[in-house]
Amino acid sequence: MKELLLISGLGVLSLLSGLLNLRKGFLLIVILGLLGNIGLSIADWNLNEDVYGMMLMDNFALAFNIVMSVSAILWFISASSYFNNDNNFSDHFSLVLFSMCGGLVLLSYSNMSMLFLGIEILSIPLFVLVGSDKTKLSSNEAAFKYFLLGAFATAFLLFGIALIYGATGSFQNATIAAKLSEGPANAMAFTGMLLMLVAMAFKVSAAPFHFWAPDVYQGAPSYITAFMATVVKTVAFAAFYRLFSSTFGSMQAEYRIIFAAIAALTLLIANFTAAVQTNVKRLLAYSSISHAGFMMIALLCMANNTSGILLYYVLVYSISSIAAFSIFEIVRTQSNGKEDIDAFKGLIRRNRWLAGVFAFSMLSMSGIPPMAGFMAKYLVFTAAIDNGYMWLALIGIVGSLIAVYYYFKVIIAMFGHESDEAPISITASQKFILVLCALGLIALSIFPNLVINQLG
Amino acid sequence: MLTLLLILIPLFSSIMLFAFGRNHAKAIAFTASVAELAVAFATLNAVQTGQAALLNIDMPWLADIGIRFHINTDGISMLMVLLSTLLMPLIMYASFNRNYNNLHTLYGLMFLMQGSIIGSFVAMDGFLFYLFWEIALIPIYFIILMWGGNNRQKVTFKFFIYTLFGSLFMLVALIYVYLQTPDRSFDIQALYAAGRQLPVVEQAWVMAAFFLAFAIKMPIFPFHTWQPDTYYVAPTPGVMMLSGIMSKMATYGLIRWVLPMVPQGIEEYGYILIVLSVISILYASFISIVQKDFKYLIAYSSIAHMGLISAGIIACNAQSLQGSLMEMLSHGINTVGLFFVFDIIFLRMGTSEMKQLGGIRGLDSSFAFLFFIIVLSVVALPFTNGFVGEFLLIIGLFQANAIAASFAGLSIILGVVYMFRSYQTMMLGETNQLTAGFTKLTMQEKITLIIIVTLIIGLGVYPKIVLGITESSVQTLLQGIQ
Repeated sequence: MKELLLISGLGVLSLLSGLLNLRKGFLLIVILGLLGNIGLSIADWNLNEDVYGMMLMDNFALAFNIVMSVSAILWFISASSYFNNDNNFSDHFSLVLFSMCGGLVLLSYSNMSMLFLGIEILSIPLFVLVGSDKTKLSSNEAAFKYFLLGAFATAFLLFGIALIYGATGSFQNATIAAKLSEGPANAMAFTGMLLMLVAMAFKVSAAPFHFWAPDVYQGAPSYITAFMATVVKTVAFAAFYRLFSSTFGSMQAEYRIIFAAIAALTLLIANFTAAVQTNVKRLLAYSSISHAGFMMIALLCMANNTSGILLYYVLVYSISSIAAFSIFEIVRTQSNGKEDIDAFKGLIRRNRWLAGVFAFSMLSMSGIPPMAGFMAKYLVFTAAIDNGYMWLALIGIVGSLIAVYYYFKVIIAMFGHESDEAPISITASQKFILVLCALGLIALSIFPNLVINQLG
Repeated sequence: MLTLLLILIPLFSSIMLFAFGRNHAKAIAFTASVAELAVAFATLNAVQTGQAALLNIDMPWLADIGIRFHINTDGISMLMVLLSTLLMPLIMYASFNRNYNNLHTLYGLMFLMQGSIIGSFVAMDGFLFYLFWEIALIPIYFIILMWGGNNRQKVTFKFFIYTLFGSLFMLVALIYVYLQTPDRSFDIQALYAAGRQLPVVEQAWVMAAFFLAFAIKMPIFPFHTWQPDTYYVAPTPGVMMLSGIMSKMATYGLIRWVLPMVPQGIEEYGYILIVLSVISILYASFISIVQKDFKYLIAYSSIAHMGLISAGIIACNAQSLQGSLMEMLSHGINTVGLFFVFDIIFLRMGTSEMKQLGGIRGLDSSFAFLFFIIVLSVVALPFTNGFVGEFLLIIGLFQANAIAASFAGLSIILGVVYMFRSYQTMMLGETNQLTAGFTKLTMQEKITLIIIVTLIIGLGVYPKIVLGITESSVQTLLQGIQ
């Protein structure tokens, strides 16, 4: 509860920041607030605070809340230029923070209505943020597309909740789970579960419900894309896991094959499509979808309590994505808005920090040992093999090999070519965030246990 | 402790070089590589006096999934460590007057590579071995991508994908054996025990998966297609690291991880691997004969030698293993020598196409002499290091498979053909317009070659130093298998 109050308080404060003349130091206030959020989560550890039967701050929620806050802090620092050159400074700050409130609700809901509210609170600010580049047509288009399709997904979710209510007579997770485990699932409950699955798969952009993602990711301002690919994805996966591990836990036999199919489809479609992209932003968007495929495998194996693995995967993925997207944005603005791989040619001669950290995060995302991304994928694969999904692990391996192909296209462009473009200079805070991301990834690759063992 | 130091010194030096090396790259790099060599000798002393406390480190890392940070040095590891630490200062020294851009980054990457290669030589945990094995790939990829020649983008990519693809099979096999261990452990002894209990056919599959990874790295026909081009575009220090040190990871891995883990698989199906290796020897030797470019010739001759080593390892008896280990060391030294000769010629002539050269001996007879000794060693003349290894190898292989041995023996004859022919075309005959401009070797180049030649003759006359290091470990290994 305190966590939610803190973040919404920050949101309200940011609305007033113009009035209170806080504009200059506001980033610092937000970062301190998020650090406070992490502190509160640590203090609440093991307390299992029940918030009026609506939210349950268990360790799962708190751990994901910490990961969300860590990504958000990294994101806020990296996106400082997005806020600084901005007339709607306080609006954008508050939209992001309110979106995070929705995220927090999603992480911890214990009542279906909160799931619905969480998703809405998370998404509505995002619709605005995606379109915040008001003068750009593609940004507007992305916002519109996201809104329309998001509304569809919401309808699916609501319909699903209604059917589940019809089948069990309750909105409470625990009651629903108890009712469902009494006997074999009836058609109404099964349909409800299926509809909710579709809605959640839409939110995490898993195939075949991923079509919105490339366009929205490409059209949105890069920093907002980074926010969606990291913070939003983290909470969406957490909610997905929470829904299907606890509430629908007894229906595993029914949904496992669907999960497996979604994971396989996502891995194949995303990786093959990413391989032919020449626009780096779109490439990163498809890579983000392909990572959703890997995380779907972790979801699939949830019988073995893979929440720790999911947590680790999400954290590693978020950190490398934030580094990648912010470097992309820096390079894009320095190359007259070019988003092609060509813009990255010879980046090592223009700025070795940018090229180095970008290569580092790409190596991590493609799962090259000993990077943290490799550990994450390794854990996911062994979980899959342990659960008898050898074929899925093999598809995953094929997917990673294709991923190596497209990530290395960018690496080759950066390191294997000369460039006559002017060198790029970066600010101290940009350098700081890049080094922080790289160090974080190194630490995560050496001590994965620190994260994984917190859960499960 | 010493074993850990062997890994940490290169890693630390590489960080130092990246961070502060811009102005003192050579000094830092050379000092660090010599310090590393000194530690290697201290380790050798500890190995020979049996001070296990100094060598063995076994700490939990990801304990709940059976991964430990377990490193140890025995005779076999020691020889490999000596090879890489011995060559490192030499490779550094050889590159001193060569004007590479961003020298500190180059050296930093080389140290990163050395650290991970040594890590793979001393790792006693399957997962750790795999990690070190893969880490080594990243620096060499960037070395070739940033300092390589024409068309390096495509060539390095093929190299990277190829090797990564191969090692994934190794990873799958490792995980498979790991899942068979009773308490889910990657420890080497647990993996040995689990592997030996597998039925023969499954052992053969595990063997095949490992061999695929190793065959690509060595390389062995038909998995060699990445190698000639990669060697060709790689800058000289990079190619020296690749062929001198990195290819030995694969042959070492065969000894350490395959022979003791799936002995029955080797016994039943090992002949397939021997046949592949022998084909590789003959194929590469014949191709070497028709090569026009000296660098390609070295690359193909390297395939032939690695094939011989691999056949000897699979034959799996005391002589063939000792021979293989000796040959790994000799091949490392000789190939660095050959690539340095190439570097000397290419720097002066701007080409390594043999037909265009000729008569260099008349211009610099001491260079011709030193080069000739390296050639003799490559063709395994007695009193050179190449002889000892190949002799033992072929005796050992003969015991296991006489036909294979007789074909493998052809490699020596074919080696004479291509090595002498290339020597003849480049060094003897008339001086032409191009080679007239061949300037004498500098002092630094001479010293490098003299060190190499001294090693060649020293080890050829007194191979006992090397054989003594590995003897007891090879015995232990063979006893474990039987």
